Amino acid sequence: MNDASLPQIVIIGAGPAGVRAAQTLVQAGLRPIVIDENSRAGGQIYRQPPPGFVRSPKTLYGFEAAKAEALHASFKQLLPQIDYRPDTLVWNCSPDQLDLLHAQRHTTQRYSHLILCTGALDRVMPFPGWTLPGVYTLGAAQVALKAQGCVLNGRVVVAGSGPLLYLLAYQYAKAGADIVAVLDTARVGDKWRGLPQLLRQPLTLAKGLYFMAWLRLKGIALLDSVQEIAAAGTEQVTSLRWLRHGKASEIACDAIATGFGLRSETQLADLAGCRFLFDQLNQQWLPERDAAGRSSVAGVYLAGDGNGIAGADAAELSGRVAALSLLEDLGLPADLSQRSQLQNALAANQQFRRGLETAFPTPVHWARQCTDALLICRCEEITAGQLRHSVAQDGSREINRLKALTRVGMGRCQGRICGAAAAEILAQASAQELPSVGRLRGQSPVKPIPVSAALAAEQSKGPA
Amino acid sequence: MSRMLDVMETDIAIIGGGLMGTAAALALRRQQRSVILLEQGWCGAQASGVNYGGVRRQGRPASQLPLTQRAHALWQQLPQIIGTDGEYRPCGHLKLARDAGDMQELLRYREMAASHGLELELLDASALRQRYPWIGQHAYGASLCAADGHANPRLVAAAFASAAERAGARLLQQSAVDACVFDGNFFLLQTRAGMRVRSRFLLNCSGAWGKEIAERFGESVPEQPIYPNMGVTEPLPPLMNLSLGVVGGGFYARQIERGNVVLGGGRGQGQLALDATRPRVASTFAALASLTEMVPALRHAMLIRSWSGVEGATPDQQPVLGPSATTPGLLHAFGFSGAGFQLAPAVGEVLAELVMHGASSTPIDAFSIRRFAPH
Repeated sequence: MNDASLPQIVIIGAGPAGVRAAQTLVQAGLRPIVIDENSRAGGQIYRQPPPGFVRSPKTLYGFEAAKAEALHASFKQLLPQIDYRPDTLVWNCSPDQLDLLHAQRHTTQRYSHLILCTGALDRVMPFPGWTLPGVYTLGAAQVALKAQGCVLNGRVVVAGSGPLLYLLAYQYAKAGADIVAVLDTARVGDKWRGLPQLLRQPLTLAKGLYFMAWLRLKGIALLDSVQEIAAAGTEQVTSLRWLRHGKASEIACDAIATGFGLRSETQLADLAGCRFLFDQLNQQWLPERDAAGRSSVAGVYLAGDGNGIAGADAAELSGRVAALSLLEDLGLPADLSQRSQLQNALAANQQFRRGLETAFPTPVHWARQCTDALLICRCEEITAGQLRHSVAQDGSREINRLKALTRVGMGRCQGRICGAAAAEILAQASAQELPSVGRLRGQSPVKPIPVSAALAAEQSKGPA
Repeated sequence: MSRMLDVMETDIAIIGGGLMGTAAALALRRQQRSVILLEQGWCGAQASGVNYGGVRRQGRPASQLPLTQRAHALWQQLPQIIGTDGEYRPCGHLKLARDAGDMQELLRYREMAASHGLELELLDASALRQRYPWIGQHAYGASLCAADGHANPRLVAAAFASAAERAGARLLQQSAVDACVFDGNFFLLQTRAGMRVRSRFLLNCSGAWGKEIAERFGESVPEQPIYPNMGVTEPLPPLMNLSLGVVGGGFYARQIERGNVVLGGGRGQGQLALDATRPRVASTFAALASLTEMVPALRHAMLIRSWSGVEGATPDQQPVLGPSATTPGLLHAFGFSGAGFQLAPAVGEVLAELVMHGASSTPIDAFSIRRFAPH
């Protein structure tokens, strides 16, 4: 029986942060509810294939196999002591209640404490042809591999910025994919500048260098300083073009995996009423979080990549930190010396993250260079030119105003895909810094829900 | 000590950059009067910009019919007035009946409306389904107002503001009014940022905040903030070719050209503050249940977004429109109780007439603030 006075702790997300948060709470004798959109725990990074698929952890996770196995094993042990709700979307968050969608049915869940471990999504930077069939994000290409053991078909180009380019190319080539080139928008000089901070995690740096060496050894072209990539094709991508040191090149391909880093998924923190701050490192508005994982809303905690990109190792640490703070707030015994050790480790990790940002900068000048014809919002089919026109014609200077006037970010994705690019174009066109244009307000449902789920919920209430 | 900025002089100061305020600013500029409009947030970002977008005369009480008819004529000239059609589509408004009792109500309404020159067509169940095969079996009949329709409030509200500015009105956005007093001849306003405005007339077009402004001049109005509950589906193939409502108001819905169905019903929640409104899941679900009962095909759609905003409502659901009972030169236009969108162009003209001639050529007595004065 539910006693309204008992704490009802809900963890959203069963990736590295969510699993470690759950483990910490269970160790303290609590029984949290763990809600996850995926069918199996592990998050995106340690995503598990469906039951019955037999690929070894080494094949699936490479160097990270031991960590993946450890996390999955921990979660398996936790199962009897938690209330686990896989395949469940949290689509709305009110001050004490969540709205859920599971198997096309709507339910609600009360909570007193919430740990948001909502993870990240690819940062999408539109380029000519980005909506052509055959163009994927790195994340989507990786999900295909981890979940189903599939790779993109035919000749694959990996393009963009960030260390994940080389990881994905390596994973794909190992799995037998035909990687024809890796095109990196970062310059060699960027990488040297990032080096001092990257050396703080020599093992991680070494892995990155290993992927690059391995790819070169296989004869795969690795090009840096690549600019102005453009996918060409009519029904399907057939080639990728780019500029490098002023020279135009083109390579025939059947698929492109592009990545420009990751963006935190912050919609639920927004609906929970968390205060946001613009984060320079992530170039994104993020819910405010103190070092102990507390948000600005009492009872709401933040952990993992949903609150700034720091990677899986950091997510495990911040999941534990948030859970320890929750225990402290409940007046239960919490190992606070452990928490400060974890916090120190997180701070060191943040230095490495800064190094990565220097080594693999998000392409600058992008918003200035993109042509008026470029499609920015694919849900509502809004081009860069329409956004610029609204700035010039209507004097739009704020992102929600731009949304109201142009529909950018109003569609199915509510700006999760196009919001970053739209904000950059607005900032550039209105001669403002990115933080000054503000952030898109989140609205429920954070992802589309079937009307039929609402109707079933109404019927189950019975006749009025 | 911060230096006080110079006082800006103007014929008319307007508080509130929603549709009423910007429509009035535009109408007054056409009469060559100088106008300064003060808006605490962005023009049209509250109820004016986030409402359903119904351009509807059908269903309004008799007292509003002259004003709504005047507005209807202005909607036909919208591009000439504000430079855009605001996606205005006079495609018809259908008010559905669920049973014989509802139908009786529609019949009585038609007689009343006819006496004001508003022609409505009643359809029985078979005529209804023959003409609109997408309407489900639960509909008993309906009343059609063929020339009513809908428009895009986000665009219309912004376009009235832009048009007013182009016409020479000075719009001061992000300018909350801290103080406003009447010295016997002039109104003196001061914004939070220290800007000062002096005017001969003051227009209170502050929507849900109208009550607060009225109180500063000793007028009490039992206005309450209301939060409309709105939602929208993904884009769908063309299905509903007119705006839809139902007797009793369980839901209202329209399909926009892009294919999305915009729907509303019930109330959201919030505080009387900018950006502090949220839709309620219970209201959204109830509206969806009501809507799909009448339009069964929408059962298979996806809901992609919901939202709310702030409007002001009075106990009798009538606006406060007309001269102040205490202060000469003060004019009110607020508390439109969720039904102001269609009226706005006419309200702008009425306010301009009140400034220019001291009287409105359209009857507005029913909306006088005096009705709330203690007897």
